[in-house]
Amino acid sequence: MEFEAVVGMEVHVEINSKSKVFCGCSGNFHAAPNTNVCPVCLGMPGVLPVLNVDMVNKSVAVGLALNCTISRWSKLDRKNYFYPDMAKNYQISQYDLPLCQNGWIDIEVDGQTKRIGITRAHIEEDTARNTHTIGGNQSGVDFNRSGLPLLEIVTEPDIRSAKEALAYLTALKQMLQYLDVSDCNMEEGSLRAEANISVRPVGQEKFGTKTEVKNVASFSGVHKAIEFEIARHIKLINSGGKVVQETRGWDADRGITVPQRLKESAHDYRYFPEPDLVPIVVDEAWEQRIRESLPELPAARRSRMGTQYGLSAYDANVITLSQDTANYYEQVVAAGADAKKAANWLMVELQSLLSAAKQDIRDCRVSPADLAALVGLIESGAINGKMGKDVIAEMFETGKATQDIVNEQGLSQITDTGEIEAIIRQVLADNPAQVEQFRSGKDKVFGFLVGQVMRATQGKANPALLNDLLRRELSRQEN
Amino acid sequence: MTTPLYKKTAREIRDAVRSGAVTATAVTEAHLARIAEVDPKVDAFTQIWTDEALAQAAAVDAKVKQGVDPGPMAGVPVGVKELICTRTGKTTCASKILENFRSPYDATIIKKLDAAGAIFLGKVNMDEFAMGSSTERSTLKTTKNPWNLKCVPGGSSGGSAAAISADECAMAIGSDTGGSIRQPAALCGCVGIKPTYGRVSRYGLVAFASSLDQIGPLTKNVEDAALSLNTLCGRDPLDATSADLPVPDFTKALTGDVKGLRVGLPKEYFTEALNAEMREKVEAAVDVFRRGGAEIVPVSLPHTDYAIATYYIICTAEASANLARFDGVRYGYRHPGAKTVEEMYVLSKSEAFGPEVRRRIMLGTYVLSSGYYDAYYLKAQKVRRLIKKDFDDAFEQCDFVMGPTSPIPSFEFGAKTENPLEMYLADIYTISVNLATLPGISIPCGLTASGLPAGLQMIGRPFGEETLLRAAHCYEQTSGITLGEPPIA
Repeated sequence: MEFEAVVGMEVHVEINSKSKVFCGCSGNFHAAPNTNVCPVCLGMPGVLPVLNVDMVNKSVAVGLALNCTISRWSKLDRKNYFYPDMAKNYQISQYDLPLCQNGWIDIEVDGQTKRIGITRAHIEEDTARNTHTIGGNQSGVDFNRSGLPLLEIVTEPDIRSAKEALAYLTALKQMLQYLDVSDCNMEEGSLRAEANISVRPVGQEKFGTKTEVKNVASFSGVHKAIEFEIARHIKLINSGGKVVQETRGWDADRGITVPQRLKESAHDYRYFPEPDLVPIVVDEAWEQRIRESLPELPAARRSRMGTQYGLSAYDANVITLSQDTANYYEQVVAAGADAKKAANWLMVELQSLLSAAKQDIRDCRVSPADLAALVGLIESGAINGKMGKDVIAEMFETGKATQDIVNEQGLSQITDTGEIEAIIRQVLADNPAQVEQFRSGKDKVFGFLVGQVMRATQGKANPALLNDLLRRELSRQEN
Repeated sequence: MTTPLYKKTAREIRDAVRSGAVTATAVTEAHLARIAEVDPKVDAFTQIWTDEALAQAAAVDAKVKQGVDPGPMAGVPVGVKELICTRTGKTTCASKILENFRSPYDATIIKKLDAAGAIFLGKVNMDEFAMGSSTERSTLKTTKNPWNLKCVPGGSSGGSAAAISADECAMAIGSDTGGSIRQPAALCGCVGIKPTYGRVSRYGLVAFASSLDQIGPLTKNVEDAALSLNTLCGRDPLDATSADLPVPDFTKALTGDVKGLRVGLPKEYFTEALNAEMREKVEAAVDVFRRGGAEIVPVSLPHTDYAIATYYIICTAEASANLARFDGVRYGYRHPGAKTVEEMYVLSKSEAFGPEVRRRIMLGTYVLSSGYYDAYYLKAQKVRRLIKKDFDDAFEQCDFVMGPTSPIPSFEFGAKTENPLEMYLADIYTISVNLATLPGISIPCGLTASGLPAGLQMIGRPFGEETLLRAAHCYEQTSGITLGEPPIA
């Protein structure tokens, strides 16, 4: 029997608000344990939550970018359960009236565009973090994370493969980074993905029994975990077994999923409206204000840059993957570089340097102007491509300006008139046919001759000087 | 013969301290001495902050000396209910689970009172987590009614009411979730006002039922209630449910007349449930208003019968979540024998919460459970809206609603502890006011034949405290009723 997988994703995104969602504490949870805390996020007696408006603004922005309907009126609810990482033993979340509903995002898989439905996106608070002593019988709770603003984004069960899940996460992360609402760092937990997975015979409408996979700390982990889980389901069913509805954890070391303790399976969260907070009312004007403040989103930017710079779909895709890269690229072109060549240098050379150094383009020491200068030097023939690679590596390492490196490394151009003249004469002598063509009015051949001289000088001839001398020599020989 | 300082009202003390006629230190000492004298019998105070109070008084006196305004509550000695968070002393909520809890912060109203020059004498008793109507549910001590030491002071703000009645302080902070200010005020013969929900910041009030809780003052007379509200009320950025409305000078509302005011008498408040003697007192009060030129209007609050059931679903649901945080993880009692996390929860809570608190947590957990939510919690919310609408309709015909505060006067210790339902009926007239988020005031309207105070309740429109204060003040001035001094015996 042939099976198809049905996958829905739940993603928790830590929103990069300056303060926590219901108190004024800093949102930086990297600080020493229990230093970014106050009576509110510690759940002390008598405290009250106050909703951070910046969180609402950013959540609405995400909702709009995901083509959601923004609720004119939504509310917060208490989700009750006991756990030591819950300061109040209830989590403030949104139950039946989320802030954002019914949206979608387009993903790209194998060159095909597919639309993934977004069921909802809602506001909630993060929990504290528990740590356990190794071999000991002590547990510690760090409340720095308690009350950090989380947006939970839930998809429809529209995803059919691990590949699509990965494409969804990639597109979502790209969107969130464009909106500058989260750093989306999975390893640090600022983006957490859970997958609900089931399989069914192809053609069957009814969903199979699902399992939920948690504890995945990377995108590739999500891919592997879903692949593993789909295969496990199919194998189970084919061998006459049954899938048990349960929560499973991804064991990255062993590359398998394992059942998690069933502590939550039989849970009744006893949701009810949070009486300490007033409803969230986002009127049309508020929504419009946020809509107008949205940046150019990935799809729009991809298509605009493709057209504007004549980039291939692939190139446009790669360059717009991150907003920083796209911005960088546009600055390189604005500084005068040829669009196609700038794209190549950025995507190939600079990107491989960045990857090797595990560096973000935001921290790159090669400025867009320097890369533009480099592309210009190569284009003019002042240096060749091979030299260019050395130069960019040096720029990357030292942050020095293009021209300085060219000068220092003896890549500087030959400006000795006599030396260039001698080479020109040699080139003209070697290419009589082209000289003839030039004289008969084919101006284009001039460029070819320039190129020949450049090659002979290994690109070191000063282009302006070379131009001058070549014209002079051609007209001198004519006379 | 001069009146002893502890007999003076808050306004008299404030004026005398401001003018320099008396020092805050003298006022504080007089009250501390009074506490030392009578509190061994009354047992209203659970903590006495002698040093801190005298330091506060000295600071007020220094301001007066320097010609700096010491504030609108200068020198007024205040008792604070055990569930208001204070950096000074402990905040126990009269519960074993918080028996050693020290709050790291001051409630908003504590900051406001401190800035206004009030002096905190200490904390006063209550029912554990404000769940009760007799203060018998306290784990700290048994507070007595100064009018009869064999009788309860009411609750849950029983310590606050008894302390005012016995002249141990000039103002006491209470909180009212279903009548917890008004009912003990009625039973102890003092004035207690529950402001409109949202009038006073709840930040620092340990929550019982968040949508019903409201802080308010208990005082010796109506003018002091108005004076206290001036300081207590106002928007607080730390409380999202606090109302963003200007705070009037409530003392200006005390005009001394009720001419033209329409007084609504709900027929549902005058049934067999009402003790005959109480009915007589309330009817006499109606006559005072009639004579004063008010118009008496019969009104109806048809959903009154559902108030108690509705209340006990909503307040227990909210309480079950509000009290979940007392788990022994960060503060409060942790059972020493617990070996697992689950045991820590179960043993700590089972041992350190009293029976009434446990009962309400279980009730609230039940009504929110999946499968029961619609039948209980959701339905209760709908009835709550109907109860509010009853009042909205009544206020079309009248300016405030009047009736008894409590169906019965104070009762003896143990009389109702065995039957929680009977205890719940003590709040039959006060509960609807919280459900409808309205302001309500209780003022004394006489003594029963056995010498126990009776309370008259007035219920106003949302944010209509001024009308209530005006009516209550006029009644107080013109009824000719004075309770005199409680025997404290």
